[in-house]
Amino acid sequence: MEKAKKWPEKWQELNPGCMVLRPGSAREYHTGTWRSQRPIFDTNRCIKCGVCYIFCPEGCIHQGADGYFSADLDYCKGCGICAHECWPGAITMVEEG
Amino acid sequence: MSKRIGMEIALAAAEAVALCRPDVVAAYPITPNTHIPEHLSDIVAEGRIDTDFICVESEHSALSACCGASGAGARAFTATSSQGLLYMAEIVPIASSMRLPIVMAIGNRALSGPINIWNDHSDIMSQRDSGWISLFAADGQETVDMMIQAFKIAEHRDVMLPVNINLDGFQLTHVVEPMLLPEQKEVDRFLPPYKPYAALHPDNAVSMGSLGMPDIFNEAMQAKDHALIRSKKVILEVWKEWEQLFGRKYEPIGAYRMNGAEVALLTLGSMGDTAEVAVDEMRSKGVKVGLLKLKLWRPFPTEELIKAVKGLTSLAVIDRAVSFGGANAPVAAEIKAALYDQKERPLITNYIIGLGGRDVVVDDFVKMVEKTIDARKKKPKEAYEIYGVRGS
Amino acid sequence: MNTVANFDLYAPRLADKEEYFSAGHRACSGCGEALAIRLMCKALGEDTVIVNATGCMEVVSVVYPTTAWNLPWIHVAFPNSASVGAGVEAALKVLRRKGKIADRRIKTVCIGGDGGTFDIGFQALSGAMERGHDLLYVCFDNEAYMNTGIQRSGATPMGASTTTNPAGAASQGKNEWKKNIAEIIASHNVPYVATACHSYPIDFMNKVRKAREIEGPSYIHCLSVCPTGWRVQTEESIKAGRLAVETGVFPLYEIENGKYTMSLMPEKLRPVEDYLKIQGRFRHLTPDYIQRIQKRVNLEYSKLLDKVENLHSWDELEG
Repeated sequence: MEKAKKWPEKWQELNPGCMVLRPGSAREYHTGTWRSQRPIFDTNRCIKCGVCYIFCPEGCIHQGADGYFSADLDYCKGCGICAHECWPGAITMVEEG
Repeated sequence: MSKRIGMEIALAAAEAVALCRPDVVAAYPITPNTHIPEHLSDIVAEGRIDTDFICVESEHSALSACCGASGAGARAFTATSSQGLLYMAEIVPIASSMRLPIVMAIGNRALSGPINIWNDHSDIMSQRDSGWISLFAADGQETVDMMIQAFKIAEHRDVMLPVNINLDGFQLTHVVEPMLLPEQKEVDRFLPPYKPYAALHPDNAVSMGSLGMPDIFNEAMQAKDHALIRSKKVILEVWKEWEQLFGRKYEPIGAYRMNGAEVALLTLGSMGDTAEVAVDEMRSKGVKVGLLKLKLWRPFPTEELIKAVKGLTSLAVIDRAVSFGGANAPVAAEIKAALYDQKERPLITNYIIGLGGRDVVVDDFVKMVEKTIDARKKKPKEAYEIYGVRGS
Repeated sequence: MNTVANFDLYAPRLADKEEYFSAGHRACSGCGEALAIRLMCKALGEDTVIVNATGCMEVVSVVYPTTAWNLPWIHVAFPNSASVGAGVEAALKVLRRKGKIADRRIKTVCIGGDGGTFDIGFQALSGAMERGHDLLYVCFDNEAYMNTGIQRSGATPMGASTTTNPAGAASQGKNEWKKNIAEIIASHNVPYVATACHSYPIDFMNKVRKAREIEGPSYIHCLSVCPTGWRVQTEESIKAGRLAVETGVFPLYEIENGKYTMSLMPEKLRPVEDYLKIQGRFRHLTPDYIQRIQKRVNLEYSKLLDKVENLHSWDELEG
């Protein structure tokens, strides 16, 4: 996989046809800076079903080693879908301070 | 050993493309280039080449399918004319921006309004600034040769640009000429299998066709322009190799009887052959006239043009398209722009002939040269004229 | 609590963990289409080439120099997802046959929005389906030209307000019913056509997997909620999709070789008003107009059930 070049690239450094040769490189852009509210996960209520994981448009909710799910705040846009869909109500949205 | 064939040039063009072993051909019929894809589909149906011929439902889809195929690493070809070229025009600059080495044969035909299926250059002139390499064939042999050269030029790692070969609709496509068709193994040696810079395949995932924000778009356009300018070096190398293999010489601007010429004609495409006869006739009468036949339209051969017109007092640029409301017709505008900075440059007259397939005869060229010589004494009122229009 | 038949509570954990559509894409917060794409890729797996029409997804996912895709991906223009896909499919077939690439099946999947499928991209789609390419076309239908700012498309539902047919004193928004693309594609003798929604992720992924196995053309129509364009709360994106299905506005079904099967049959359809009232784009509707919509939804649903009950599969008809 190609290494990231220093941005902004000079015209000679552009990939031919502006092709992107680094799959998944969008991760360099942290969309977490967009949000105005953030999900808080309550492990006491979480039943480890994975519904929050399947419904996250960012795919930023992951299952930890302990089996509980949590959101990667680098990417979480704070849409609130996970909190709304969580069956046992283990997720609440709080305003970003 | 090349085979001597006598067939319709469009069919010979298809034979030449078949020798290049295309992987995917996607084409939509439009007069006058239809015989090219038709004959290719015949060749595929006979099992002579292993190619997927996609009978697309429009020209837009034809070039789109070629983009997809080329993106996936296949050698792709299409052919069109006039309205078809305009229908795929949305994709034309994208193909060159994406650096996809697609080859396209254009049977030059007039753009509609009123609809006209016969030959002129208005279709290709509308795509002048698209970033494709553009070659003009003047006869059947050049057509056959350029089809094969085009793939090698396009796929060269220093080029990676689409190429269009322009052959005059009906005047060339439907004309039967004797030609030498190279042998399959000669072409295989000249043109190796396509090795793409990047291809759509999960083993090495790439994303082609990104969004370019203003902060890199200017750089992207510089890179594209440079790629086209740089490609001339490869084109000249390929032509040199062709001359060594087949003995036929190609130059960006071919010169005919330019020795000691004071006035010259400059043509693109098949009308050049008619102009040759006119030059011979005038030379026999003592007129110091010569002919320049432009074969490489893009990247424009400024260097070669400056050299070619040295010593000329006047130059008659013969266009086959109108730039409505423009300062000159397309080719003359280009020539004038290229020569503007030269301290010494010839007087340029600009005649537009043969629009919509109107016949161009030897006498027309003789008259145009005479008018150009007269122009030295009395400058014409207009910068360009559509030659032979009744009522003017 | 959501009472949804067909939804396995722990099934999400069986989905492929690989994120082929990575985070960092610039879709709006709560974007249903981004979720749908993420789910589709999980069902497709690695041996896929994605062909994308111009639209929201293309613009948010690949902004030079980064890409959210962990799959080979190509975008050319707006109307040509299906025709570029036809070229990719042909190329992969030929290259595999000539031994120039590895001898394994790589599926070409064309994706486009409702604009690039119903309207500007319709010709290419119809041509590709008719020619029988081995490609799967998935339409992510958010019911308007969202990327250019929420303009009316052939997929916009009746009564919706968009920027090119807005509601006002003299208009109630779009007056025409939504174009039934699934039916049109089924008429191309395509062996597998299905409707789906990201709010039913397991059903959607199963349908994608099924379509992938078809050796020939297949089409999936995925309703994708756009909170921005539909004026829905971002957290209700999934709920809106669910209501579309539960009210019968967007029934989930499959057409396999001519046989219609419902994927989900709610015992009783909820009133359409439940679906309309959570969306700002329908906020202007009078009770009369809502009644008109209810009648038409009932009619379309009956038409579908009629087909489910009476039409036979091609194999049955042949034998």
